[in-house]
Amino acid sequence: MMLMPLLEIKDLHVWFRVFKGFLKVLEGVNFVVWPGERVGLVGEMGCGKTTTMKAVMRILPMPPAIIPEGEILFKGKDILKMGRGELQEIRRKKISMIFQDPTAALNPVFKIGTQLRDTVRFARGSKRSITKGDIRTRTMQVLKEVSLPDPERILENYPIQLSGGMRQRICISMALISTNELLIADEPGTSLDVTIKDQIRRLLGGLVEKLGTSVILVSHALGAVRNMTVRVYVMYAGSMVEVAKTKALFANALHPYSQGLLAAIPRLAGGGVGEGIPGHIPEYINPPTGCRFHPRCKHTMPICRNKKPPFFKVEEGHQVACFLFQNRE
Amino acid sequence: MTIERFKKYFVTRQGIVKAVDGISFSVKEGEIFGLVGESGSGKSTVAYTVVGMYRPTEGKIIYRGKDIGQESKKRPKKLKKDIQIVFQDPGTSLNPRRTIRQILELPLKVHNFSKNGRKRVERVEKLLEMVQLPVGYMYKYPTMIGGGEKQIVGIARALATDPSFVILDEPTSALDVSVQAKIINMLIQFQKKFKLSYLFITHDLSLMRNVASRIAIMYLGKICEIAPASEFFENPLHPYTQMLLSSIPVISEEEETLKPKKVMSKGEIPSPVNVPPGCSFHLRCSKKMDICFREDPAMREVSKEHTVRCHLYTKQVS
Repeated sequence: MMLMPLLEIKDLHVWFRVFKGFLKVLEGVNFVVWPGERVGLVGEMGCGKTTTMKAVMRILPMPPAIIPEGEILFKGKDILKMGRGELQEIRRKKISMIFQDPTAALNPVFKIGTQLRDTVRFARGSKRSITKGDIRTRTMQVLKEVSLPDPERILENYPIQLSGGMRQRICISMALISTNELLIADEPGTSLDVTIKDQIRRLLGGLVEKLGTSVILVSHALGAVRNMTVRVYVMYAGSMVEVAKTKALFANALHPYSQGLLAAIPRLAGGGVGEGIPGHIPEYINPPTGCRFHPRCKHTMPICRNKKPPFFKVEEGHQVACFLFQNRE
Repeated sequence: MTIERFKKYFVTRQGIVKAVDGISFSVKEGEIFGLVGESGSGKSTVAYTVVGMYRPTEGKIIYRGKDIGQESKKRPKKLKKDIQIVFQDPGTSLNPRRTIRQILELPLKVHNFSKNGRKRVERVEKLLEMVQLPVGYMYKYPTMIGGGEKQIVGIARALATDPSFVILDEPTSALDVSVQAKIINMLIQFQKKFKLSYLFITHDLSLMRNVASRIAIMYLGKICEIAPASEFFENPLHPYTQMLLSSIPVISEEEETLKPKKVMSKGEIPSPVNVPPGCSFHLRCSKKMDICFREDPAMREVSKEHTVRCHLYTKQVS
């Protein structure tokens, strides 16, 4: 049976116009999410994870951002070519996003209640009328789902009166109001403490299981991705370098970058800290030619300097963008 | 370095904030001592008091036999030279209007390294070489270099005066793992080379495991547990430690088995203005007893060098 992917990003390029020229941030991103699947996206800061997700939601500031090439297909329809109405329909009903920093995602001058009610109203659309009672029940219901105590009081509070963990729960509840097909969680919990992070992750995991939505979990914490996802993409400097089943990736990472990333993480089992990867993420104004990882790579070959490696299939569902694996296909 | 019954309160409009409420520990010469805790537990307050940015409300900070619990203005220069700090956020701890050379030269000027400008520049060059940055970086501004490199400059600045005690206040929490690994390795290398003692403050337990020789866990201004690093992970005793350890997401099966049985984390760290009576952790504890609501447990030594502050372990010892 040929299943249609829920979301398919094909060869997406995103550039930002700056004084010196163009920052070529995304360089051919390919990304697929199947219905009901939980996908992870990992990479260091500045590698373009959030840019990709913002492109999906069409919330990149344009200008300065431009998309010279690429398609983002949601159920076969290109989000980039959608009109305003269609786009709002998608944001209303289909895709929603949880942002990295709950403090910045909530408006500080409106009460939580006002913001939640607005979201409920938006999610229903303007055509159908909705009574105040309905809005209220729905608001209470989502607050209950994210297990916030004392929802009555919280509705009357301003964001600064809540703790970081509670704010993130509010953000999750807002996302829940409108999602039913795809939830993009952009580092939910980076700014929180370990124990709170754990709670948020468990909450999110439980809700996703219950609702059966597809999830994209964007994170630089590899451990979190390992627990929550089925398949993982590793991203480096604007393109995907490896994709595999989560288990396969953690057991047998093949791309030199993924290997370096895994080795750099301090282990609970002890045994010292890894070497790290020499160098740093390239500048986007003038990125390296060919494979963007080659200046930092241990196994650089002449071909790496000239040609960008496509995905090579190593195993079923395990693809690596590295010329080391071109003959194994 | 010994800290005895150290307390630091801040008076605010809402009441008295007990940021640090009676902690004692000691850092041995040439040791890396880890201080772990969630945000708001008072880790940074400890750090700032040790360097002399605050004066302790009560208690003593003894460094090589001398009580140094006074404010930095009154501290002898020799002491300031000996105790240095690396701050958490490299973006804000370096002056954006100064070049790297000016930043690194300042401690040399303050501590009368040399009156000769040429000699100071030579020392700056040496420092940059030591931390493996190109010498040309001297004329760059902090905004021109990456986050990891900024933190390396911060480290070079701390080491400029040849200190013997360095406080690292979450030196890598703002950085990526691949950069973190590099900086940690560098820090460990310097520690061995110059026989430094580190007070390493972080919230990342798995990092601690690989770096520190002894670890203390802080919760709401108090220390819950102190133990040698390996003992700490093999046999965590305090319920809060167990909760912390089980909350860490790990990346291999081997580590999964090391974690204590899942202790569901619940609740949030209460406000330090309004510390709950009895044991401050009882609101979130899974093994709380009646006594926890009334009495604050005292530190007990359970085994050699392993002390816990919990009522669960009081009986076994007495």
